[in-house]
Amino acid sequence: MLYFIGLGLYDEKDVSLKGLEALRNSDKVYVEFYTAHLFGTTISSLEKIMDRKVEILSRKQVEEEEIPLKNAESNKVAFLSAGDPLIATTHADMMIEAKKRGIKTRVIHSSSILSAAPGISGLQAYKFGKVTTIPFPEKNFFPHSPYLLIKNNLEQNAHTLVLLDIRAHENRYMTINQGLEYLLKVEDTLNEGIITKNTLAIGLARAGSEEPVIRADIIKKLIKEDFGGPLHSIIIPAPLHIVEAEYLVAIAGAPEDIIN
Amino acid sequence: MVSRRDKMINKIKELMYQPEFIRNIGIVAHIDHGKTTLSDNLLAGAGMISSELAGDQRFLDFDEQEQARGITIDAANVSMVHDYHDDEYLINLIDTPGHVDFGGDVTRAMRAVDGAVVVVCAVEGIMPQTETVLRQALKENVRPVLFINKVDRLINELKLDATELQNRFVKVIASANKLIKNMAPEELKDKWQVRVEDGSVAFGSAYHNWAINVPIMQETEINFNDIYNYCKDDNQKELADRVPIHQVLLGMVVEHLPSPDVSQAYRVPAIWSGDLESEEGQTMIKTNPDGPLAVMVTDVSIDKHAGEIATGRVYGGTLEKGSEIFFVGSHGKNRIQQVGVYMGPERVNTDKVPAGNIVAITGAKNAVAGETICDVGRKIKAFEGLEHISEPVVTVAVEAKNTKDLPKLIEVLRQVGKEDPTVKVEINEETGEHLISGMGELHLEIIAYRINEKGVEIETSEPIVVYREAISGTAGPVEGKSPNKHNRFYIEIEPLDDEIFQAIQDGSIKEGRVKGKEMAASLIELGLPKDQARKVWNVYRRSIFVNMTRGIQYLDEIKELLMEGFESAMDDGPIAKEKVMGIKIKLMDAKIHEDAVHRGPAQVLPAIRKAVYGSLMMAEPTLLEPIQKVFINVPQDYMGSSTREIQNRRGQIVNMSQEGDMATVESKVPVAEMFGFAGDIRSAAEGRCLWSTENAGFERLPRELQKIIIKEIRDRKGLSPEPYGPDHYLG
Repeated sequence: MLYFIGLGLYDEKDVSLKGLEALRNSDKVYVEFYTAHLFGTTISSLEKIMDRKVEILSRKQVEEEEIPLKNAESNKVAFLSAGDPLIATTHADMMIEAKKRGIKTRVIHSSSILSAAPGISGLQAYKFGKVTTIPFPEKNFFPHSPYLLIKNNLEQNAHTLVLLDIRAHENRYMTINQGLEYLLKVEDTLNEGIITKNTLAIGLARAGSEEPVIRADIIKKLIKEDFGGPLHSIIIPAPLHIVEAEYLVAIAGAPEDIIN
Repeated sequence: MVSRRDKMINKIKELMYQPEFIRNIGIVAHIDHGKTTLSDNLLAGAGMISSELAGDQRFLDFDEQEQARGITIDAANVSMVHDYHDDEYLINLIDTPGHVDFGGDVTRAMRAVDGAVVVVCAVEGIMPQTETVLRQALKENVRPVLFINKVDRLINELKLDATELQNRFVKVIASANKLIKNMAPEELKDKWQVRVEDGSVAFGSAYHNWAINVPIMQETEINFNDIYNYCKDDNQKELADRVPIHQVLLGMVVEHLPSPDVSQAYRVPAIWSGDLESEEGQTMIKTNPDGPLAVMVTDVSIDKHAGEIATGRVYGGTLEKGSEIFFVGSHGKNRIQQVGVYMGPERVNTDKVPAGNIVAITGAKNAVAGETICDVGRKIKAFEGLEHISEPVVTVAVEAKNTKDLPKLIEVLRQVGKEDPTVKVEINEETGEHLISGMGELHLEIIAYRINEKGVEIETSEPIVVYREAISGTAGPVEGKSPNKHNRFYIEIEPLDDEIFQAIQDGSIKEGRVKGKEMAASLIELGLPKDQARKVWNVYRRSIFVNMTRGIQYLDEIKELLMEGFESAMDDGPIAKEKVMGIKIKLMDAKIHEDAVHRGPAQVLPAIRKAVYGSLMMAEPTLLEPIQKVFINVPQDYMGSSTREIQNRRGQIVNMSQEGDMATVESKVPVAEMFGFAGDIRSAAEGRCLWSTENAGFERLPRELQKIIIKEIRDRKGLSPEPYGPDHYLG
């Protein structure tokens, strides 16, 4: 048996009651933090609330050594991910593999940044386009695709949720400031005028915590702000509906001239 | 009182600024044909060493190793002044090694010079190494003249009469001209033919210090019969007084080899691909000392006191001491401490060295051979890379005898790699076992000696042969998956067509990630289908990667990662982590994840590597071993025992010929069997044989040895005894 259990957004209490039940019913509990991370908690508080020993797995242990899958052949295994387990992860492949090996599976959802971000930003979920992630640049790897995707979304009048790279094993989490710089750098190369210093953007930090930060402003100003600890994400909005604009001014400190 | 030496230095400094009175030359030859003896006598003639000592002193063999072994290992530089027809000329001379193990030095030296004196032993004639060095010269647009050496031995030892003597010369000259015709630049190949009548061919004895050519014969009225008699009567000393070798040969150099201002006009377009109409282009073509700086580094050595010394050719502008320079390749800046010219082992510092000269730069830290130097803030296009015809085939593991030397050893190994680009150094700080690879057993012995000289005592392993991995079958489409399985690459693999392989090997198809479309036409000409030729992404390790897909979204974004993964797979093959060569990979299809973080390096690199490994293992993988051509010259009586030495080493006799009492045996022998050959052939022929080798590429290791050698390599590298099957990588 293999449970895919979502841990939700921020701390150990974001897991659902159903999830907790399944956890307590499992022989082995694994968690991966390479697709996302819970910042409001520690492993020991997780273990405490779940009353189970929790083992953190690296990407290699999950994807190449297949530790959860192999153990699920004869045990009840709970495999935990932050957020909703099949959203913004690549775990769908594990579902396929489990099916092939005759392992029973069950998915227990929790809240995901994909619903929290539109929600907390006051933007209509109906108006979002494709989601993208900005990766940390590496040798031979500085993709322009996040920028191009924003461009495509804007052409459809769709907002873009921009997730930011997580390198849990290196303890690096991309900040809103780094993400905006990345986009400006692509703008410098492509010169299409999609992301400029005067583009309106929204910065979100620590969604799901008691003190989430939600700020909307032009990039020039936003890029200088300190958003505090991880996780961060960015929204590049398309033209706003009146209520969206009013929300951003009232809740996210956006300049009033965005309401017209 | 101003000494003769000071006078000479002053003269050199004066002539440096008059390109028409400069000749930059190299002396090239097959091993033991007498290059270094000739160079010494030229120097002695120019008053730089005592004429008594010349020949025995081996002045240019600075290194004790060189003197002890009686061979030249490094290319060495000297400058001298020569009077010719009432004018004074500055001759910058580079003496180069003739042993196959040191071929890289020859290539580099050729970039610095404009002309070459090709020395050929009259007894042996044109030998394979003569061909190789001549080819290296012509490839760099360096003009040759011919000196037929050891003529006295034809007369005194082989007892040829005057007619036979001339026939012998005609034969040597004809084969030299044939090579020139085949290899010289199209528009120059007729002009560059060497001719007895015009004096671009000279005869003589470097050892006995005389030489002659037709113009000198007319001038001195010495004819062939006179020469014949001088030799027979053991009176070569008088001959040397009448026609001293340095007069005749340096005269020939001045008369027939081009000055830098003449040669740069046609060499610069061949070695520099920048805009010839630009200011820097015109500066180089006109050998102008006042334009933008353009220097190509051809050699780097480490001096105990002065540190790194870079030798290079100034093609444009003037290099000044204390000035700041820019390295085009490494994007580094540096302030050079001193500049100077060479006089034997000495460097003589000058304030400036202008275009057309060979310069020694002190303090050019981090320079490597092949680097382009220009002014800071005035970046120029880099010179064409230096192509080495040979590549390393033998490796030894090196360890410091004392653990306290560990850090120093790493530093010294890096130095050694810099000094000699044909040495490949692999440093492994984790295990402390470092690898150096070179052209042959002798080459590595010399390197080990140099490391000891630099104050680190080392232990070296037995020499290890470098193998290659290849395939004899085809496979595909093979699916390689990324760890998250969301990225998949489908490739087909086959052996690369021989014609394309050869074209990469000889440099007419350049290795590297493909930028423009220029290469497509040559590839089509070599038989690659049009649809493939236009889509070659990479030429690496004499293999090519072709993108056969169309319109796949995001493929462009991961192209560089695919190339990195492909290259790393080629560096460490699946059979035994040896280098792979001679394959063609076609990317047929790709499935790529929508989001950039899920198709980053951590996903794409392993995916393409697995696809390459899996497909190699499915396509009849096979190990290749390096082969050397071995040429042996022995008296008839010893031919049997000498050929036996070859046959005992899995060797094949390719050709046998005889001339008088001497027999020449040409054979092919695996490098793995060549260890200890020097000693064995010496005893087999009781010391009466001359032999040389030339690397001859890789051939398939015999089937019965495949498994044994694979296991041996894998054991040595700490790998599981058997290679993994394709399933290990695919699945």
